[in-house]
Parts: sequence; structure tokens; C-alpha cells
Amino acid sequence: MRYLPLTPADRADMLAVVGADTIDDLFVDVPAAARLAGPVDLPHHASELAVERALGRLAARNRPAGAGPFFCGAGAYRHHVPASVDHLIQRSEFLTSYTPYQPEIAQGTLQVLFEFQTQVAALTDLPVANASMYDGSTACGEAVLMASRVTRRGKAVLSGGLHPHYGETAHTLAHSAGVETRRLPAAVDGEAAVIEAIDADTACVVVQTPNVFGTVTDVSAIAEAAHAAGALLIVVTTEAVAYGLLKSPGEMGADIAVAEGQSIGNGLNFGGPYVGLFACTEKLLRQAPGRLCGETVDAEGRRGFVLTLSTREQHIRRDKATSNICTNSGLCALAFSIHMSMLGGAGLETLARINHARAVRARDALAAIPGVEVLTPRFFNEFAVRLRKPAAAVVEALAARDVLAGVPFSRLDPGAGLDDVLLVCATETTTAEDIDALARALSAEIAA
Amino acid sequence: MTMLNVGRPTRPSEVAPAQEGPPPGRGLLQDEPLIFEVGGWGKTGVDFETAADEPLDAGDLAGLTRAAAPDLPGLSEPETLRHYVRLSQRNHAIDLALYPLGSCTMKHNPRLDEKLARLPGFLDLHPLQPQSTVQGALAVMDALAHWLKTLTGLPAVALSPKAGAQGELCGLLAIRAALEARGDGRRTVLVPTSAHGTNPATAAQAGYAVREIGQTADGHVDLADLAAQLGPDVAAVMVTNPNTCGLFERDVIEIARLAHEAGAFFYCDGANFNAIVGRVRPVDLGVDAMHINLHKTFSTPHGGGGPGSGPVVLSAALAPYAPTPWLVHDGDGLRLEEQAAGEAVASLGRLCAFHGQMGMYVRALAYMMSHGADGLRQVAEDAVLNANYIKARLSGVMSAAYPDGPCMHEALIDDSWLEGTGVSTLDFAKAMIDAGFHPMTMYFPLVVHGAMLIEPTETEPRHEIDRFCDTLLELAAAAKAGDVERFKGAPFHAPVRRLDETLAARRPRLRWTRAEA
Repeated sequence: MRYLPLTPADRADMLAVVGADTIDDLFVDVPAAARLAGPVDLPHHASELAVERALGRLAARNRPAGAGPFFCGAGAYRHHVPASVDHLIQRSEFLTSYTPYQPEIAQGTLQVLFEFQTQVAALTDLPVANASMYDGSTACGEAVLMASRVTRRGKAVLSGGLHPHYGETAHTLAHSAGVETRRLPAAVDGEAAVIEAIDADTACVVVQTPNVFGTVTDVSAIAEAAHAAGALLIVVTTEAVAYGLLKSPGEMGADIAVAEGQSIGNGLNFGGPYVGLFACTEKLLRQAPGRLCGETVDAEGRRGFVLTLSTREQHIRRDKATSNICTNSGLCALAFSIHMSMLGGAGLETLARINHARAVRARDALAAIPGVEVLTPRFFNEFAVRLRKPAAAVVEALAARDVLAGVPFSRLDPGAGLDDVLLVCATETTTAEDIDALARALSAEIAA
Repeated sequence: MTMLNVGRPTRPSEVAPAQEGPPPGRGLLQDEPLIFEVGGWGKTGVDFETAADEPLDAGDLAGLTRAAAPDLPGLSEPETLRHYVRLSQRNHAIDLALYPLGSCTMKHNPRLDEKLARLPGFLDLHPLQPQSTVQGALAVMDALAHWLKTLTGLPAVALSPKAGAQGELCGLLAIRAALEARGDGRRTVLVPTSAHGTNPATAAQAGYAVREIGQTADGHVDLADLAAQLGPDVAAVMVTNPNTCGLFERDVIEIARLAHEAGAFFYCDGANFNAIVGRVRPVDLGVDAMHINLHKTFSTPHGGGGPGSGPVVLSAALAPYAPTPWLVHDGDGLRLEEQAAGEAVASLGRLCAFHGQMGMYVRALAYMMSHGADGLRQVAEDAVLNANYIKARLSGVMSAAYPDGPCMHEALIDDSWLEGTGVSTLDFAKAMIDAGFHPMTMYFPLVVHGAMLIEPTETEPRHEIDRFCDTLLELAAAAKAGDVERFKGAPFHAPVRRLDETLAARRPRLRWTRAEA
């Protein structure tokens, strides 16, 4: 077995040192009734070639996003990632290390986290950013719990533009902790409707920009209304590239910003692993969930980095912790940070402008098709259209023509009564030919 | 799982001054500033593809755009490579040497798994593509589920939890849903004192009050205390097995029986599954729910602290409450039921967007297929043998916390052997760094004084284990001989010296700013 270095002779020698006759002697504490006599009913070991062949066959049964015209977004985005990023994250010292508990021999990971936190703080215009969360949706749920702790109030109002998966995740996490969530009806352009729903027990309002329909909203007025009522504003972004162009959460008065960071540095991966971004104001620091990396000095006065403020965390505070989260999304945060270091602020802005231009081009192409109505008034790189036919069926039909046309809203929220709504996304990877192919196929399908 | 040195912040002023000799971190090790100090302001290291006629003014978003581009530097590719390669060289890693963090299962990460996870058919797949275009990905999830169910003997598995801690939450929420479905409002979870902090934190997050169960002098759950504390208000007993002392809970079947008799569920923290995989099925122990850290037992890379992946196996009684999405067989194909409807109508709901950590599923499945049923059994045996070998070699010099009987996959040492030397567990750990090894988990579990928890895993060759033991024995001899200076100031040869964690917490500086630069 290629991953197991011990030889039969090693095992015999080592058992002798231990003073055991057989390996079974080391499992004596296992109740006899629970000892398996032999291997479980699964295939035996396989060569590298055999495993590669078997999984290669399964991979070949999927249609990769990049294999043809592709317009899916809705919380996961196909972007170009520089080759250096994947090369660097496969460095043994990053890939095969763990959480930096011994800071003297983990300064690489720690400095990366410090740089990551600085980048996230700059993108969101908020002073405190943590070392990452599992993904955007769980970051959103943790933000709701945090708002409840800070305000000592028991209710969260979620906008009708919040990604339904985020709403459901926040509900699961909040409900178990006794925090009520109220999701407003799905609305293409209605983030401000949360204002009406704020009451004296509202801990926070959760809005999304660009929202799940792609609509971009200046949420400054929502921030004012929330703050006037003693509630916090949580601003969600599922497309981190939008930070390069749009007003930042901090500029608009957010108390907490959460985002899915997958767009920067990370592949689609069929939904995970991704990387949640989490930032907040200075005064909320000690209620923040997740790891924090801080700057300090060593015994000779030289700069170094450590995990800090861990008295918030589960391994110290146990059942009084701010969160049960133990790991973050280290390697995905590294990928984010490397890609962001290459882009810089200027590059991210250019990338964002290209994304927007491609989406405008796609919008113009689709708007010209009879039976297609563009719903989203202001968008970044994705928008919603209403079709003359159920969107899910249209998407299936177009997939058969090798065009992945987007995400039917009904897949995210089948109860919303928006079966005819299709979410369409374009990024820098979308070519003019792709857009033409989509327009032709959609036109034919709608007319059929 | 974690180690608890952060509970004992280091303060360099309290340790011995620097030893004479060369400063640390020289030779080929380059100093590396922060990217914000390298330069690249207003630049980008990425070349873009734009069409000549493409309007980039975003004029339609007037009033919605940010005042200025994010204030971040952009590095060229050579600068980027230098920066991160230099930083990487300041990390310890499994690929460099034994990484004996107890409860963390730092085993070798096969590169085949990395290669396969990067196939375009897996990596470049959108979670919301039509399901007809992702049948191969769903087949990977189905195969992984089959392996996990067969290895544990439990009939259902929820794949989506993002990490072990979320797996714990998933299990407890399923238990809560099952109890509520029968109109049972139990509010308490029992957790042993030796449990990792995630257990009580998770129970609290799931809305439960936490009570601790005592431990016997020989490192096991105190059955009498458990029996006394069980009652009509207890929803679940949450036990790690093998436990955090590195011991198999001999009375685990009785623990399950007592819990069930009291109307509670038995949740097993599967963080230490590596010790028994292929040799013991949790179903035969009476387990109702157990999370499995794919990044431990099934070797998906730890990545400097994640991403993890924490699927949860569930009993038939808990299966109806598994989180969405559900993977269901549908005619010849597979289908994701993404709503709490249809088959999943009683589901506890969604724990995250999309379907969990697909990239980790591919890696874990490749790892399982490579080992097979026979190889996985060998994994458990070699992991346990390596730990017992270390315990045997260190015994007599260092004090095993539970000297009688074998340990499982990790050897637990207490600090009684250091008494009178002036050297603490922390000092000893830091001196190990100078000797070329990552320290073991220290000060955990809390029930053992000055704990040192050593988990070698099965992927260490004997010569490396001997080198590790030789090093510890040599250090132990130095400590006992009174060479305190070697320990108090350590590490002397790491890229940095002992760091001031107290200062970091007192004056948090969590990002670089121009003002402070």
C-alpha cells in the first residue's frame, strides 16, 4: 500500500517493543461484540492508475462550465484564476500545514492571514476582518447570531433580494439559537422594504447588493433607518468582484459585511470549498466569530504574527464562545489573497468593469428577443429575465444544445411564484460568441 | 481539533534572554515584508482581455460606484511568486517532518487526490448547473456516501456540513428535530470534561444547556456520574470515541444503552475515527449520529487551517431530519432534492449554500478507493501501533498519563516528569521546534495536567518515529539535567523567537494601515 510506510518486519519489531503479541492486543478495549473479524464489504486497495481511471470516468460524465457557452451565477461565479495561484497553494508548506497554533513555525500562514484580513478590510471599507469563514452563507448566519448578541434582540429581517440559500442557512443557524428570522417575499428591486419591517426587537436587517436578481442598491438609507431603530445593518455580497466597482458596505454604513469570496482565486468546485469574508466595525470586534490574526513582536523585538483574541473562541470559552467554529477556510483564503495580491485595487476595478460590460452586452442581446423581458433595473454582472416559458424547462432544453443559460429562480425558491424567471450571469470569461450562442438558442427555444 | 497554547499566552519578557550565536532565520531564509510594503500601488499584475469597442465606463451605474478603487497593491507574477514562496518557507508542514498534533490527524496528503480534484469535470462545475449535466459529480457524492455508510454501519449520511464543528451542529439539530417531532422538549446535552471545546460550544449553539460528565482516574467516562445525570431533560450524550485521552471508551456500549434507556440520543464525535476505521463500526457501539472529519481520517489537506469537511452519519431514527440537499436515486440517475419537500419534508433545513465541500469529496473518495477496505483497516492498525510504540519508547523517561494498557492512535503524556526541572510543557514544546519537530498538542485535554498529546498517524515510517523519539528523549534528559536555558528561551532557531501573545491581545492590530506604517 503506497501510503503506508511500515513493513511487516517493522510491525513485528514495534509490537515487540510495545510488548504486544499481535495487533489485536492493542484493541483490547473494544468490546468483543464490536470487533470486526475482517475487512468491511468494500473494494480492496487500488493502484493510482485504477483510481485515476475510475474517477476520470466520473469527471467525464459532467459538462464543465468552460466547455461551452455558460451563464450561471447566483452565488458562484466562473472567473479566470492566474496559474500562479494554484501553483502556490499547492506548496507543501501551505497545503500540508495546519492552523498556526505554534506561531514561531507558522509565520507563513499567519502573515498571509494578516494580509488577507487587510485586503478584506480594504474591499469592504470596514476596519476589522477575520481570517475567513466556511463560505458566504454561513458567514451570513454567523453575522445574524452576532447581531443578536450585540443588540440582545431576538429577530432578524432578511430582504427579498437575499439569496434564498443564504436566507435558509441563516434561518437554520439562528432558529436553533432562539433567534427568529423573517424573510420578506422575493423582490427584484426591494431591498428598502426591510425598513418597514424593523421593530423594537429587530437585531439586524440583512440586505444583499448586488442581490440575487442582480440588482445593485445603495443601502445608505437602510443603514440610517436600522441605526435609528437600534438595529445593525448586515450587507451581503455573493460576488466579491463587485467590490472593485460598487460602493462598499462600509461606505454605505454597514455594521457587518459578509461575502462569498470564491470569485477571487477559487474555482467553482460544484459549490465548495469556498471562502466566507467577514468584516465589521471596530466596536463589534469582541463579538466577532472565527479566527483573528494579529501583529506582535518576538523576544528580540522583531515583527511577527499570532492568532489572537482567542478568549472569544470555543477552545477557551467552551459553551460561552462567540461561535463553535474551529477551522476557517485557510487554503481558499490563501488563494483569494494571492489572486487579490496580483490584481491589486486597480486590477480588481478593471476586472469589475469588464464583467459589467459583458453583462450589459448579454442583457442587450437578450432584451432584443421577443418573449424575453429584462427585470433587473441596475446590475453588476448578472440580471434576471422573465421568459414566456418556465425557466427550468428552457434551461434544460438549452443544456441539450450545449448552452448553460443560467439559473432558473425556481431552483432556489420554488415557492416564490417566479417560475418564469431566469438568472443570467456574464463574467470576463464570457465571449461575444458565447453571448451570440445564448441569444440564438434562447430565441429559438422561446419561439418554439 | 486544536491545541490550547493560546490559553497560555507567551510573554518573551518572562523567558531567558537570547542565547549567544547567530540570529534565527538566516541562511537561505529571506526576510519578507508585507505585500503592502513591497509596492505595486496603483498597479496590477494581471493582463486583461478586452475588446476594442468594449465600454468600460459603467456609466449606467452612476451614483452606485465606489469613491475610489480599493486601496491595495498589485504585484507582478515574479514578485508574487517570491513573496509567497518566501512566506511558505516559514511554515512547518507534514511534507517536512512528523507533525504530531494530537486529535488533528496530520497524515500524508496523497497528490493523486489533488490531481483528481482539479479535473475540469469536478473543479469547473457550477453547483446550479442542470442536474443532467452533473451526473458524474452526483455519482461521486453517492459513492462517498456509500463508503461512509459502510464503514460506520449507519444507514444515512448528511454530506453538506462544512467542517467538523458544523457536523456536530448538524447531528445535534437532527436530534433536536427528532425530539421535537415527538413533542419532547429536552434542553440538556451531557459532555465529558475531557471533550474538545467545540462540543459544548456546538451544544450551546444548538440551543442546549451543557452539563459536564466526570471522568474516572483511568481516563474514561464515569459511568456512575453519567447514570446519575441522565434524566428526562437530557436530549443527547456527546462523547468522543476514541476519546481525547487517546483511549477507547471500554464502556461505550453501556454509555449508549444508558442514554437510550433515558430517552436520549448518543452523539459520537468522530474526530478520532482514524484509530478504528475498518476495524470497528460505530453502529455496533450504539451510535445514533457521528461526524467524520474528512480532513483527518480521509486525508483531505489541512491547508493551514481549512477547508474542512464534516459529513455526519445518522441512524434510521435521525435520517428523516438530515439537512438539505438530499441526494436521491431517481430511475437510472441521481437527483438533488434541494428543498425541505418531497422525501426531505422533515429536513432540519439548509446548513450552507449549495451541496457542501465537493472538492473534499473527490479527494476523500480517491483516498478511500486507494486504500480499500483492507488498506483502511491497516491504516487504523498502523496508526495505533505507531502511537503505542512512541508511548513505549518514551515511558520511563516521560510520564504516560495512563500507563496501564494500550492507547489508541495517540499517546498522552502528563507533566509530572518535569516536576522540579523548572521546565514547563510549553517550554518543552518550544524546544522541540529547535530540534526540528512541530510540537504535539499541549495542554489538551484539560483533565490532564500539562498534557502533551502525541498523534503520529500511520503515514510515518519507523525511522522518522525513531528520530522523533530519540529527539524527545534527548530533550527530556537535558531538562532533567538542569539545562533550563535551552528551554526557557526557545525557540532559538525558528524564523522568529517566542512571540508576545499577550501584547497582541492587549493591543489588537489586525491589519496593515498607512497611518501605522
